[in-house]
Amino acid sequence: MEVTSIRQFHQLMESNKLIMLYEGEFTQEITKGVLAMTERNLDKDSVEAGIKKKIYNVMVEVLQNICKHQASSSDDAKTAVFMIGEDEEHFFVISGNTIQQNKIAAIEEKLNLINSKDKDGLKLLFRDLRLSATISEAGGAGLGFVDIARKSESKLKFQFDLIKDDLYYFIFLSTISKHTSENN
Amino acid sequence: METYKINGTEDTPSIILDKTTNTFEISGRSLPEDVVTFYKPTIDWLEAFGNAPNNNFSFDFKLEYFNTASSKIILDILMKLDEVAENKGASITINWHYDKNDDDMQEAGEEYAELVSLPFTFKAQ
Repeated sequence: MEVTSIRQFHQLMESNKLIMLYEGEFTQEITKGVLAMTERNLDKDSVEAGIKKKIYNVMVEVLQNICKHQASSSDDAKTAVFMIGEDEEHFFVISGNTIQQNKIAAIEEKLNLINSKDKDGLKLLFRDLRLSATISEAGGAGLGFVDIARKSESKLKFQFDLIKDDLYYFIFLSTISKHTSENN
Repeated sequence: METYKINGTEDTPSIILDKTTNTFEISGRSLPEDVVTFYKPTIDWLEAFGNAPNNNFSFDFKLEYFNTASSKIILDILMKLDEVAENKGASITINWHYDKNDDDMQEAGEEYAELVSLPFTFKAQ
C-alpha cells in the first residue's frame, strides 16, 4: 500500500478496516488514551499477543514522536492525525503531521538509512545510536524510527507533501504483518 | 541510606532500591513523557549507592514494555552498575525477566548483556 498524498489518506481509510483514528492535539494523556483504547479493540478482535505487542510498540514511538514534534512546533503545526487500520494480511500504523521544510532533510536521511539496512544492520544501528545518544537527544536521535523498523520487520513508508510556502505534510506509515515470522 | 520506592502507573514502572534488604528492582511499563525527570531520583540514588555499595546483589528488571527513550536510561543504569562492580569489587548479577512468548524482550536483554560485563540471568515466565 502506498500513501502519497492527503487524499490517499482518506481513500485508505475508506478501503480498509479502520481500528482507530485520532485527529487533533497530541499529549502524553492522549497517547495513553489512544494506547488503552487500541489495546481494548485488539483484545476484542483476539489479536495474537506477539502481534499486539509489536503494534503497541510501534504506536508508542509514533505517538511520542508526534508529541515531541508538536511541543517544538509553532501554532499552525499543532494538529496531527494518527490511525490504525488493517487489511487481510497486515496492520497499518499511520501518522500525518505538518512539518517545516528545514526539518525534512534530516528526517529523510534517517529514514533512508534505516530502509537501507537488513535485520542485522538495524540491530547494529540501534546499538550504535543508543550508545552515542545523550539522554537529552534520545528522542531526536532517530532511535524511535529504528525501533519501529525492527519491530514491524518491514520498510518504513513516508512522504512529504507541500502544503504552502515552507510548510509540508509528513505522512509516515509502518506495516505489521499478521503472520509472525518463523525465522527466529 | 534511604530506600527509594515508587509504585508503577500505566506509563511508568515500579521501582524499589533498598540497600538494607538488598532489593533492587524495576518492573512494569516504562514510557514516561519525560524519561530524564522520571529516572533522575533513580540515577541519583545509584550514584550515591555506588560510593558504598553492597558486596553482593542482584538487580531485577521485570519490564513488560519500555520505549526507546527508556531503553537509553536502562543502558545508563547498567553501565553505572558495571562501573560499581569494576571500581568497588561488588558482585552484581542482572536478572532479566521476560514473558516466555516475548522474543523482543528477551532479545533486548541479550543486547544489553553484550554491552556490559555484568553477568545476566535470563528468567522466562
